Amino acid sequence: MPGLILMAAFVGFAGLARDAGLTLVQTVFMTGIVWALPAKVVLVGSILAGNTLPAAAFAVSLSSVRLMPMVVALVPEMRVPTTRKWVLYLLSHFVAVTSWVLAMEKFQHVPRKMRTTFYAGLGSTLVLTNMAVVAIVFTMAGRLPATISAALFLLTPMYFLTSLWGSARERAGHVAMAAGLLLGPVFHLLTPEFDLLGAGLSGGIMAYVFHRIVRRRGT
Amino acid sequence: MTFGAIEAWWWPFVFILVAGWIATDIWRFAGVFLGERISEDSDLLVLVRCVATALVAAVIANLIVFPGGALATTPLALRIGAAIAGFAAYLATGKKMIVGIATGEAVLLAGLLLF
Repeated sequence: MPGLILMAAFVGFAGLARDAGLTLVQTVFMTGIVWALPAKVVLVGSILAGNTLPAAAFAVSLSSVRLMPMVVALVPEMRVPTTRKWVLYLLSHFVAVTSWVLAMEKFQHVPRKMRTTFYAGLGSTLVLTNMAVVAIVFTMAGRLPATISAALFLLTPMYFLTSLWGSARERAGHVAMAAGLLLGPVFHLLTPEFDLLGAGLSGGIMAYVFHRIVRRRGT
Repeated sequence: MTFGAIEAWWWPFVFILVAGWIATDIWRFAGVFLGERISEDSDLLVLVRCVATALVAAVIANLIVFPGGALATTPLALRIGAAIAGFAAYLATGKKMIVGIATGEAVLLAGLLLF
């Protein structure tokens, strides 16, 4: 189900890359090697704008900083004392919104020792399937009717909206989510370059302060 | 040094590797480096989780408020209304994800067909 929704999002990306003049091989390569969808959209945008390599790298870098706290939150949950470091570095490549939300939601039902295996299966399935989706869509000409593709584009946020709520570890997670939802568009208008970072940091810190206050009252 | 600057077949791939792969995975690797040093029940991890959650929530909100593609031509109020209706249905049915998503989609499609 989440995989299907992600595939719908990649249908849109394949169209974007084709319009930007990328070849099939370049687009599939980019899908596997970068993986995070916002980073790829920024990269294709930079290519379209004719930006230089350092400028493109900087823009992509800004959009990918957000992955760091996501990985930091995930790693302690799948690590056991015997886990090899290279395994964690390798698995971190699969971290993007869909696999992260799924893992945070499902890990509680997966025995700790099996979590790296679980995430490897989940991540590689998502990456390989979507490389195939991109390749198929890229070679197919023609477009979907506007109403259908509008419905497809809404699938991703609707899916994230519901699953992110379910993945929260503590009440503060719900506060963080509400804050992020409100602050995201605000920061997008104020500082388009740093919208996600700004909203994530300020919303996250607000939720953390809430967490501290509630805990102090509770004890 | 633009994407089209060098005619060789390998140049676009170098461009994608440096501007795409390195620029992205460097943050994932930094995350593993830091994540390995945090214990699972530490308070710092609650903060990190809050920041990560707020970040993902900001991605969601921006997908709804400032969408791309065909969704961009639909009214903003309809998109927000569909998202709220879907989320309310998800909560009302005891966190049934499929009900939430279907409700959101139904409201959007109904709105598009009626107006």
